[in-house]
Amino acid sequence: MNFGEIQKKAEAEWKALLESDKPLITVGLATCGMAAGGNATMAAVKDALAKHGIEANVMPVGCIGMCYLEPIVDIMKPGRPRITYCRVSQDKVSSLIEDYLVYDNPRADMALGTIGDGTVEGILRLFDLPMLKPQVRISLRNCGHINPEDIYHYIAQGGYTALSKALGMDPDDVIKEVEKSGLRGRGGAGFPTYRKWQEARRSKRAPKFVVCNADEGDPGAFMDRSVLEGDPHVVLEGMALAGYSIGTPNGYIYCRAEYPLAVKRLNIAIQQAKDLNLLGDRILGTDFSFDIEIMQGAGAFVCGEGSALMYSIEGKRGMPRVRPPRSVESGLWGLPTSLNNVETFANVPAIVARGGDWFASYGTETGKGTKTFALTGKINRPGLIEVPMGITLREIVHEIGGGILGDKPFKAVQTGGPSGGCLPAALLDTPVDYETLARAGSIMGSGGMVVVDNETCMVDMARYFLAFCVEESCGKCVPCREGLPLMLEMIERITQGKGKPGDVERLEALGKTIVAGALCGLGTSAPNPVLSSIRYFLDEWNAHIEEKTCPALVCKDLIHYELDARKCVACHRCLWSCPTRAITAKPLEAPVIDQSRCTRCGTCVTVCPARISPITKLPGTNSVGAGRPAENQEVLVHG
Amino acid sequence: MTTTVDIREQVRDLIAPFRGREIVLIPALQAVQVELGYLPPEAFEEIGNLAGVSANTVYGVASFYAQFRFVKPGEHMIKVCLGTACHVCGATKISDALQRELKIKEKETTECGKFSLESVRCFGSCALAPVMVVDEDVYGNVTGPGSVEILKKYK
Repeated sequence: MNFGEIQKKAEAEWKALLESDKPLITVGLATCGMAAGGNATMAAVKDALAKHGIEANVMPVGCIGMCYLEPIVDIMKPGRPRITYCRVSQDKVSSLIEDYLVYDNPRADMALGTIGDGTVEGILRLFDLPMLKPQVRISLRNCGHINPEDIYHYIAQGGYTALSKALGMDPDDVIKEVEKSGLRGRGGAGFPTYRKWQEARRSKRAPKFVVCNADEGDPGAFMDRSVLEGDPHVVLEGMALAGYSIGTPNGYIYCRAEYPLAVKRLNIAIQQAKDLNLLGDRILGTDFSFDIEIMQGAGAFVCGEGSALMYSIEGKRGMPRVRPPRSVESGLWGLPTSLNNVETFANVPAIVARGGDWFASYGTETGKGTKTFALTGKINRPGLIEVPMGITLREIVHEIGGGILGDKPFKAVQTGGPSGGCLPAALLDTPVDYETLARAGSIMGSGGMVVVDNETCMVDMARYFLAFCVEESCGKCVPCREGLPLMLEMIERITQGKGKPGDVERLEALGKTIVAGALCGLGTSAPNPVLSSIRYFLDEWNAHIEEKTCPALVCKDLIHYELDARKCVACHRCLWSCPTRAITAKPLEAPVIDQSRCTRCGTCVTVCPARISPITKLPGTNSVGAGRPAENQEVLVHG
Repeated sequence: MTTTVDIREQVRDLIAPFRGREIVLIPALQAVQVELGYLPPEAFEEIGNLAGVSANTVYGVASFYAQFRFVKPGEHMIKVCLGTACHVCGATKISDALQRELKIKEKETTECGKFSLESVRCFGSCALAPVMVVDEDVYGNVTGPGSVEILKKYK
């Protein structure tokens, strides 16, 4: 089959699916959907269809990005727009199927929005919703819409047209198109993609390699996972385009071991592409061959660094080396290698198909196109988003994210994970761009964006990231191996109320030394979370050091719990659940907390009926009033 | 009881498909661990033979990566995510509660051999934070007491 025939077949199949006289039902089955019970929902859909004797096309799709609404089920009846339903747990499936497919009630109460032409009364259009309206989807355009395990679905959306077009172009022209697009590395560093390709192309040494960095190690980020699980072919096509531009048949994907579903879907996708001669020998009858092998990582954050990643593929310890030479000169097995991130590759097919100018029409002067972010933390609508560069943090947090959970005050947004920094409310109007974020003391990073409220302690947050880097340091260079643990020790002391005047200055001096002296990206950026936290939240550091209090009431050594007997209904749930038996009570009376045994685990607050909440967290290590004997209290309310 | 010879035979069978391949070492270690649940000492020798390096080199590589285990894990593997989003949403409470309930620390196995506890940096299910995984089952929005409840399903 030539590509035109493949396309015709794909379009016919897709059309048959959409215009079928049977309803189409899709269930979001990426890792996030499965965690929310997507598999059970899928099974329930099939049961319900069987029960009512309804014939329907049922297929799994990837993640549309609204993770907080999973499990997500879409139903498209013939001649109607596709309706997206949210939070369809298995127990709701039967009534939904029955109401809509048997009695033609579209259940507007469960619906989120409609996709496609036409309207359904009482249901808004999905992409008019506040969380989706500001988004521009390029790399995520197919996620949640197509079956990631069916190559024809991808082709029907225009997939592999870029590759087929490029095969008729001069490789230099393909690189020129990427240059025009202004695409920069989406892994975080922002190196212009075309330059890597151009340098690799010009290198006289062979063989050369194209490597896809899918070692998404930043804790709090899942953009790459969603793309790989929801639309694996877009990454394969991007890699094939890179291979053609550079002039090499060798591609590797380095995927982290924690993503088994991504690996499974990639393997299926590679096989399907080979079967249609879109990968493998002499692609579409041309002289260009390209093959992709998957290498699974083994759980080392440092392997996201280029040279460490390549050592890991070679089967060595993933310890970075001194650069230069850069990997385009000396990469995998010392040969020219272009290493690009998943999201970078996912943007390439659209750029080649629609032209670099089209892509560059989005974004800012220095940051073109769009960027995906994993928006998480204390936010109303966590999920995966793709926005044009230059959008402000405020728009992301308040419009797309829907503001802070429980209407609490916004405190900070953390971008770039362990290599990035925290930005305070005063910087919410910062446009998202490589340079602006760097100037503010953070980084773009791969796309983790964690929003925190006033219940998060910035000292604890800095400690968390530093502890992460200490654990993940490969131990090769002294500043990182020895310096980071010293910083961590100091911060731990501060969180225990043992901070000394001058600690902040010492932390800053040591941090700057490590930034200047460490060997690789992990070390040079590891102090960032601490330095940015000190820069914007000095008050909190001083409160820990001078007043020995934790304003956010997080640091366990600086807080205690008290129980107000007047509000207590003496249900004694806290008593039975207290792991250290620090809570005691006489029958039918309000319990008492023994401060000396309390480990401040907070279990009592979790199990206490929230409406009443007589247990409160208070600053200070202990107080005389805490744990008052029950007989001293005037009123006991039994409920 | 399987004897050393059996394990060696088993390892040899598991790593045989990697003979002559360009990328051997880490995939071979992974193949052994997937099947046995851990890496026995025999694995280092056999994989070393296959890759043409010493057993020490193989161990050096294996010990660098967090994924590899060197002791036999329990029947059920509990993994608590300590990624950023989970941390902010209270993941340490899950980890603390489980450690207390099972009377083990991270990377340990209960005396009865039923449960092993590990912490993981991010499953990429951040929107459901905090997350814990038992074997292949993912649980989202878990609390400290909730995590202990979940374990009852596996007892």
